[in-house]
Parts: sequence; structure tokens; C-alpha cells
Amino acid sequence: MKPYAERFAPPFRQLGQLVTSRVRRLGYAARFFAYMLVHSGTALRRFHLTIREIYFAGVLSLIIILVSGLFVGMVLGLQGYETLQRYWASESLGVLVALSLVRELGPVIAGLLFASRAGSAITAEIGLMKATEQISAMEMMAVDPVARVVAPRFWGGVISMPLLAALFSGMGIFGGYLVGVQLIGVDEGAFWSQMQAAVDVRSDIQNGVIKSFVFGVAVSWIAVFEGFDAPPTAEGVSRATTRTVVTSSLAILALDFVLTALMFTGGNAS
Amino acid sequence: MTSSHSAEHVVEIDDLSFTYDVRPVLRGVDMRIPRGRVIAIMGQSGCGKTTLLRIIGGMLAPTGGKARVLGETVHELGRDGLYALRRRMGMLYQFGALFTDLSVYSNVQFPLTEHTKLPSDLVHDLVLLKLEAVGLRGASHLMPSELSGGMARRVALARAIALDPELIMYDEPFAGLDPISLGVVARLIRRLNDSLGATSIIVTHDVEETLPIVDYVYFMADGRVVSQGTVEEVRRSREAFVHQFVHGEPDGPVPFHYPAPGYLEDLGFAARVGAELGA
Amino acid sequence: MNRSSIDLWVGIFVAIGLVALLFLAMKVGNLASFSTAQTYRIQAKFANIGGLKVRAPIKSAGVVVGRVAEVGFDNESYEAIVTMNIDSRYQFPRDTAAKILTSGLLGEQYIGLEAGGDGMMLKNSDRLRLTQSAVVLENLISQFLFNKAQESKDNKDAK
Repeated sequence: MKPYAERFAPPFRQLGQLVTSRVRRLGYAARFFAYMLVHSGTALRRFHLTIREIYFAGVLSLIIILVSGLFVGMVLGLQGYETLQRYWASESLGVLVALSLVRELGPVIAGLLFASRAGSAITAEIGLMKATEQISAMEMMAVDPVARVVAPRFWGGVISMPLLAALFSGMGIFGGYLVGVQLIGVDEGAFWSQMQAAVDVRSDIQNGVIKSFVFGVAVSWIAVFEGFDAPPTAEGVSRATTRTVVTSSLAILALDFVLTALMFTGGNAS
Repeated sequence: MTSSHSAEHVVEIDDLSFTYDVRPVLRGVDMRIPRGRVIAIMGQSGCGKTTLLRIIGGMLAPTGGKARVLGETVHELGRDGLYALRRRMGMLYQFGALFTDLSVYSNVQFPLTEHTKLPSDLVHDLVLLKLEAVGLRGASHLMPSELSGGMARRVALARAIALDPELIMYDEPFAGLDPISLGVVARLIRRLNDSLGATSIIVTHDVEETLPIVDYVYFMADGRVVSQGTVEEVRRSREAFVHQFVHGEPDGPVPFHYPAPGYLEDLGFAARVGAELGA
Repeated sequence: MNRSSIDLWVGIFVAIGLVALLFLAMKVGNLASFSTAQTYRIQAKFANIGGLKVRAPIKSAGVVVGRVAEVGFDNESYEAIVTMNIDSRYQFPRDTAAKILTSGLLGEQYIGLEAGGDGMMLKNSDRLRLTQSAVVLENLISQFLFNKAQESKDNKDAK
């Protein structure tokens, strides 16, 4: 028996260690999140700290969000028209473009872009501050770095994300309008009126905004945690930055599934 | 080492030990640092001197023993108590640790605006005063990336003394400085300590630059205080370790060679040599 | 980048973000149409509501006049009870009929109201008497087959 145990135990032990270390890290991340929320007073009281982070997370992501939104909308217009005209339903193009953007593509693609543009920057910035001992210097000056550095970045991200998603959707619908109405020649009245009749403010737009808010919380949380937890070396920071993008992209897609299941299935849920 | 009183001793460390995972970093350190002095803690890299500094600053909790700083037992304080204690301390990091997104002026201003409700013109005067003390009033508009290593160290020093601390700690303040900057920083440390009436702890391995400005020296090796004394005692010391360290000799109690099996054995010669000798 | 220009940019960003949200709500989602308007509630019983969902539109003459607020089940008559919110701007006679219809061949289901001739208007929490259930495709097909069978039988009988 013993040789078998010796041969087969190590992989299982490794697996067990991997699982426990992941779960422990998750627990630490949750504790960090709670601590950050409790110490968010500074970020909200001295709001210019948060405004500065809205600039870095939101304003600097504007270009990529607007340009991507426009192109995604234009592609939706083209592809949607191709499909719809087979069923003589090209007037519903507005509905197709608007619903896919407002419900899904807006929050999800804006979230993915936000994670790679702003999330990675947040992680790198906090990680570098840690590597150059700025975080620890701040602590020695009796200033809580979570309250002063982390919380404003978190709230800046949470505030920026829904606005970016709305801009993405708006820009996408404009792109769909450009291609569908201006280029292909779908009737303009039908495009807008069918859209307005089919898109519901509460169940579609409000749910889309809720989605983008949830994604904003998830991405910002992951970004600040990875930055704060990064090993204080150049290599550690670069790995943490990569992890932020990977983890938050997976989180967005998984959360999107859960939220969609909660929001859009069963007519009674809204 | 008579029984001490916290009024005269700013830092009292009793039988302090610290274990990182399973590796002992500090094993039973005792220290008494009297008010107003500049003391140096010297030792090789990895001897535990930076860990000691972090315990004094409350960034790490010791696994055994006690560290009393400014009359408080550091690791028994809650968050608020610890922060209140830290306002009475200043710390200069190895490479300055200036906030890279703030100008020189804002870096020095930072602790003042975070901890005081002084009117802004008074804060302005204080910042310029501190910068003048380190001779960098003219550089107040520069960003940290535009500073040389020595200037950055001096700005960090101005920031560390912004709140007139009672205890100033220096973590390798001379690392990577050219000789001129090094002399400037060393003299500043002594002068600021005396004019502020503070107490300073310098953790370093630069012997020649440190000895002229300090009053007392602790030598650490392998997590223990191996020797201590005034500068004169240190210079004259016949103790092997101190002698080797002060005079920078390559071999001594601290061996040049990392512990290894016999060289010949490692090369696989031992058997052959033995055989040849036997033959 | 000093504080005032950061404030300016963030201000612009937040403003156009809110404009985008407003655009989605007004121009895309047509918030202006009701949600905020005053409504009154009426109920109707249906033998079968098919795939009718909460928030499905209620149309009269093709105009959306309200939304389905609630779908319930009556334990005594074994029928579905549908509660509707109707915009107070639109008044209907008491003998109005409600039908469950489908937009297009396979589209979503909605309730169509056909006004009657009664002088009395519907009030809050009134109940519609005349209803027509949803057309269930399976029933339709079986009915069609039954009719075909009947027809051929009739033809045979005629011969």
C-alpha cells in the first residue's frame, strides 16, 4: 500500500494546496473589500481625490469606448440588416441594434475595454506605489493607504463604468443608425419608432445600467485588490496587471450570464 | 543597562524575536535608545535590521518579546493608537519613496494637510521652511522624476520631518548616493536631529559615512546584537566581527565562502587525490 | 495636469455620460410615453393566456395604451386573471372586449382592447366581461385536422 500512497499522494496534495490557497485569497479579497468600503469616508468626503480617479479611469477611456462603440454599432447594423431582410423585417433593425447593445454588448464590451484600459492601469499604479515603498511610507505617515489611495480609485471606477457603458450603447446605436438608415436606406421613422416600442426603459435600459454598475464594481475591486496584493517587484506588478485583465474579463462574462438569467428570463422577473 | 524609564529612553526593546514563516529573522534583540541621540544599527544585508525598523514602526508584529516606542508598546496598539503613535515618528525610506504623482512641494505638504487643519498660508510657509532646511526650496515645483538620487533623499527627509517627529528612522539613507550627496545627507541627518531635538535611528552598512555622525552603534548579525558601543569604542574594538565590519575585510568571522562541502570533494577530486596520496 | 482642468474634463465626461443615458431613456426606450403617467387598473379573466408576460403591451386600434401589471390564477374558476395598467388619458366603455393577440406570426403576445358602445366608462379595479383567450397553435392545428376529417366525411356522406 505504501508505495501507492507515496506515488499518488503528491498530486492530490498539490491540488489541495492550490484549492486552499485560492480560497484563502478569495477570503482575503473579500475582507479587503469590506475594509475598503468601511474606510471609504475619505474618498467621498474629499471628493476631489475621487474626481481625479474618474479622470484617469473614465475620461482617458473615452476615446477607445466611443470608437469601439461606433464600430460595433456599424457592424450590428450591417449584419442585422443582412439577416433581417431575408424575413422582410429590415424595419426592425433599430430594435435589433438597440436591444443587443443596451442589454448585452454595451455593458459587456465596455466592461472588457474598461478592464484592459483602466483596470490594468489601476493595478499597475498601485502595484508600483507598493514596489517603490510609497504605500508603506504613507502608512508610516499615519495615513491609511486603503482610504487615501485604494478607495478613491475604486469609486472612480465604479462611477465611470455605467457612464462609459451608456456612451458605448449610445454611440453604437448611432453607428447602427448611420449604416442602417443613412447608408442602406432603412426607413428612418420605422427605425426609431420600432426601437422605441420594443425597448422598455425598466426591463431593458435600467437592467443594462445595473449590469454595467455591477461590472464596474467587479473590475474596480479586482484591479485595486490585485494592485494592493502584488508582490513589490517589477515582475510581481506585471503579473498582477495581467491577472487583473484575465480575472476581470472572466468575472464580467460569468456575472453577465448570472445577471441575464436573473433579469431577462421569466416574464415575472424585472 | 540599568532599569530604564521611558522618559529618557525613546525606544526600549526587550528580548525581541521575529520569525518569518519558519525562518527566524530576529532572535532575542535588546536595545535602549536614549532621547536626543543618533544611533546606528549596522550589519550585513539580511541580518534583520530592516525588520527591526519595521517592528518599531508597527508594520510588523514581533513573534516574541516587546518593543516600547515613545512610551507605547507598539504591537499592542489598535489601529487608531498606532496611527497616533506614527504621527510622532518620521521615516526615510531607502530610495526616498516620494509620491511620484505629486510635486516636491506637494510631497512635503502631504503629511501637513493630512494631519493638521492649519490655514493654507501657514502650511505654505511650513513647507518652504522644511524645504529650506534641506536646501531645496528652489526645487519645490519639480516632479520626483526630475530629481537626482541625493535630492530625492533630501526631499523625503523634508517630508519625514514635516510634522516635527520625536523619532526619525532612516532605512539605508546612503544607498546608491554619490560621495557629495552622501556627505550632504549625512550632515543633514545630524543637524536636523539636533535642531529638532529628535532621536534618530540609522539602519545602514556604510561605516565610514555613518560613524562621524552617530553617538552609539549596534552591530547585528544573524538576528542578534553581536556588539555595541560608542564610536570611539567601535573604532578601537578588538572584537573580530566589529573589526572586520569597520575595516571592510573580506574574510573573518563572516566568511568569504558560503558554507559548502570541501572544494576538492565537490570537484570529485577527493577520492582521486586520496588514492594518489595513498599510493 | 492641475486640479481645475481635471475637474473640467471629468465634468464634461459626466455630462456626456448622463446625456447618453438620457438619450437611451428618451429616444431609444421612449420613457416619455408612460411609465411616469397616471394609470388605472382593470382586470380580465382568460381561459388561456398562452405566452402573455408581465409588461406586455396593451393596444387598442394598434396604439399602446397600457401594460400588463400582473398575471395570476383564480383557484375557483381555474382561469387566468390578468391585471392591466391603463393610461388615464385613455378611457374605455364598460363593455370593452379584451383579446390576447400575437404580433406577427411568431411575435410576442399582447392584449388588444376593442371598445364597446356602453355609455359608462371603466373605472379603477373594474373587471372586463368579454374576453377571448390566446390562440394556441396546437389547438389550432388539431382543430384544422379535425375539420379536414369532418369535411372528407361530409363529402363521403354526400356521395
